[in-house]
Order: sequence, then structure tokens, then C-alpha cells
Amino acid sequence: MSFLTINNLTAHFGKRPVLRDVSLSVQTGEVCGLVGESGAGKSMIGKAVLGTLPLAIAATGGEIILDGVDLQSLMPKQRRQIIGAKTALIPQDPLTALNPSRRVGAQITNRLVDILGWRKAEAEHRALDLLGEVQIEDPERVMLCYPHELSGGMRQRLLIAAAFAAEPQLIIADEPTTALDVTVQKQILRLIKEMQARYGTALLFVTHDLGVVSKVCQKLLVLYDGMVLEQTSVEDFFTEPSHPYSKALLETTPKYTDPTGSLTPIPQEVLERARAQVAAYDRMQNHV
Amino acid sequence: MSETIYEIRDLRLSFKDMVHKSIFKPAPEIEVLKGLSFDIAKGDVVGIVGGSGSGKSTLGRAMVRLLDPSSGMIRFQGCDITHLNQEALRPLRRKFQMIFQDPMSSLNPRRTVFSIIASPLRLHNFDRVTLRVEEALDMVGLPRDFKYRYPHELSGGQRQRIGIARAIATEPEFILADEIVSGLDVSSQAQVLNLLEQLVRDLGLTLAFISHDLSVVRRLCQRTIVLYQGEIIEAQQTAKLFANPASAYTRELIEAIPLPNLDQDWI
Repeated sequence: MSFLTINNLTAHFGKRPVLRDVSLSVQTGEVCGLVGESGAGKSMIGKAVLGTLPLAIAATGGEIILDGVDLQSLMPKQRRQIIGAKTALIPQDPLTALNPSRRVGAQITNRLVDILGWRKAEAEHRALDLLGEVQIEDPERVMLCYPHELSGGMRQRLLIAAAFAAEPQLIIADEPTTALDVTVQKQILRLIKEMQARYGTALLFVTHDLGVVSKVCQKLLVLYDGMVLEQTSVEDFFTEPSHPYSKALLETTPKYTDPTGSLTPIPQEVLERARAQVAAYDRMQNHV
Repeated sequence: MSETIYEIRDLRLSFKDMVHKSIFKPAPEIEVLKGLSFDIAKGDVVGIVGGSGSGKSTLGRAMVRLLDPSSGMIRFQGCDITHLNQEALRPLRRKFQMIFQDPMSSLNPRRTVFSIIASPLRLHNFDRVTLRVEEALDMVGLPRDFKYRYPHELSGGQRQRIGIARAIATEPEFILADEIVSGLDVSSQAQVLNLLEQLVRDLGLTLAFISHDLSVVRRLCQRTIVLYQGEIIEAQQTAKLFANPASAYTRELIEAIPLPNLDQDWI
């Protein structure tokens, strides 16, 4: 039984399609990667699930089923309650995600108290436990810090703690390690993976880094201009990607083990083919 | 060994720590570069790598004198530029150019591509400016009519090409590239790297390439300098560095790169 199912989701920016018939499902305890170049719409899927699409972009079709409930059929207030209770987000840039003028401790407990109605003492206790779980030393002191007093890695740990605080069943991680350097990235990936396994959370992992996908995900979707080109398991993808665009994307990723291998940009004919696929879909839509 | 283009000896640089400044005393100093010494030979492609806060960008900016070193010596083509004032530096600046990380903030949004590439040419009193701008666009593989465009009309990869065009327009000897591909998609990254490789070959440029991405450095650079907290912990031929890293930190940096393969034990 999958925890999140998206069926034929489409979204438009004015008349321009942003997501084209995206379907996916994530089981409890599964990590699903969303990859693609910038502008492919990978973040938009996460935002559509959380109901935080930019105002100019509207979900125009399809359904998002979270734990058996069709989110679009609900009233906004109910929808927010369900999303708030069952999902959480690990954002890309921890500095903009945290309020610079409030202590970080309050920002973790806030959600527990305001949205889930926990008692304050209870929430603080939970936050302290979690900071320990994400390997922050001296959690009492850190709780009282302001975001600017912490390093990038620390801030990202805090947001991971905040995301797991209410034990959500689905977490959307939107490029959680892009702003970090490699050694910290490894620690953070390990941490997300550990926490995810411990709580059995379903995880939707948005990234442009195929290396990262190969380490944390079980399956992945390759997006191009809002359209899913390939949906496959990580094993199949990294042994034999079926779509030429996926293959090109894999080849254009630099690997330090293969320094002499030519660094080929995605060839024009592959891009043409992906574009043609998108255009064919658009034509079909206009006829209906 | 061919001619040395950069000679750097015991380079130190500190910033004032305004966070911990008390009201009446001068601010304490934080030493960002702690006595760096190395040479760059003509035609070299040198990678400068390190984690965030290791001082790699500071080093780069000190090398092209966008920052003033506290002590030590920087010699560019035999000429001591450590404490030259801006006026004395100006004629030299033609010879060392910089490409910045974020092209959106390093290209003036209110100017056309033509005016962006032409301004250093005018500053250095070049003749036939229009022709030179067009040649620079040719070299970075952009159509000539791009000169009428504004930065916001271009994609990330194209913008970075404009940054490169501006840097090569003055026919420099040395180019410093500070994290120029980190904001790009893998495909545009490959294009920009290939372009850079080709320009280095065709124009006989010397290049210092600052990056946190060791895969890219492995691909592009012959020599690599690893910085950690403002000190050089390893400077080595890139191939040797990867085959047999001398310091534990370098090894850690290399092993932390997630390779796109099926080894999930890595984590």
C-alpha cells in the first residue's frame, strides 16, 4: 500500500504547462528520487504535494492521494491539517528556511505546539531528544542559538530534526545537501537515511545530483520540462538506463574515477527527442 | 620547467572580526590565509580545492588583488604586486582576469552583453572594440547578435559564457575561475568545462580553477592545491593526488564524493 500516490498531476503557469501528467507512488519506508535539470519541475511536485505552489502556478488536473485521502477533495483548512500532521519538508537552504530573529529551539517546537497541539514542555523535551539524534553536541546550548550563530551543516541538522519532530509519515527533501560541501553532505545524507530507516518514513528526494540519488534512493523519476521520461528502480537506472535522455544525463556527470572519459554535454538529438515527446503530449492535450 | 607566472611566498591575509569587536578596542583579527607559498607555471591549469571556509576564494581574490594581503609576497610575471596601489595595478589587470561564481550578480543587469564585454576593453584603451567583442563571442561559442541582449535573457550556461568572454576579451595571460560551474546543470557544466579546456589550449592561458567539486578538478586540472583552514595541506599533480592522497583530509574529501553507481554501502 503506497503512502503517497500522485495520478496524472498537471500544473500550469498561465497557459504554459509546468507539470505534464506526472504519476508516481511512494511506499512507507521507501525513498523515491526526483531528478532532472533546472526547470524540469522536480521541486514543483514536492510543492504541489505540500500545497505550497507559487501563486502564479496552479495545479490544473490529476489527484494527490496522501494516506488514502484525495487532498484536492478537501477544504483548504482540512487539507492543511492533514498535510501538517503527516508530512514535513527538509528545504534546500537552511538559512532562508529559519527565521533569523528567533532562537532555533523555538522554531522546532513551534510546529509541535501550534499545529499539533503538543504541550510546550513536551515539545521542548522532544526537541532536545531529536537534537541528540541528529548528533548535535550540547543540545541545550544550541536550542538557544540564533540561526546565524550556527554553521551550514548544523543548520541543516536542525531542520532535519525539525522535519522528523512530529514523526511525519512522508518527508519531502528538496535538494537538502546542495548548499553544503562534500564532507558535510556525506554526513547529512547518512543522517537523513538513518532517520528515515528508523522512523520508516516515506521520502521524496529532489536532487540534480545522480551520485546522491544512487546512494539514498530505491527508485527514481527522470523529469524533463515537467514530464516524466523514465520511472525506474535505482538498480536498473545505473546499470542500463532505458531513456536516451537518462543515459546522456548519466554520461554528462563528471566522475573522478574516469578522468579521461570525455565530458559530453547532452547531445542535441537527445534533447530534440525529449522535446518532441513533450510536444506530442501537448498536441494530444489540445485535441481533447 | 617553463616560465613562472605566479610566485606566492608566505601569503597571509586577515580580516577584522567585527562580530567579536568590543566597543572601545580595535576588532580582533581572524587570519584566513596562514602563510601560503606556491608557484604557478605558464600554461598550468591549477585546481584550488577545499571545504567551505577553507580560504580558497580569499586566496583567489588576493591573487588578483581584489583583496589586500596582510603580509607575504605575490609576484606576477616577476613583478611584485603585493602592495601596488590601484593605479599602478591597472595596466597589469589586463593580464589577469577573473570569472565569477554567480554570473547573475557579476553581470550588470542594466547593460547589454556588448557593453559588458566592451567595458574592460575601453578601460584598457583597446582599438576596434566592436570587432573584439564579436570575436570574444565567437570564441565562447555564442552567436554574434547576442551582444544586443541583456543578462536576464540568457540561460545560466550562456551567462557564464559571457563572463568567460569578458575575461578573455582583454587577451589576458592568467584567468582565475572561482566556482564557475557550481550553479549550473550537469549538461551546461560539461559545456562550460569543455569550452574552458579548449580556450586554455588555443590561447595558451594559465588558469587557476577554484572549486569544491573534486570530480571537476580531476577532469580539468593538471595540478591541485588542497586548502584546509587557510593552509595548504597538499599540492600535487592531480593524478597522483587522486591515486595516492598524502593527507587524511584529502582522502576524506575524495571519498565523500558520491559516485553515480550502485554502491549503497558508501553511505
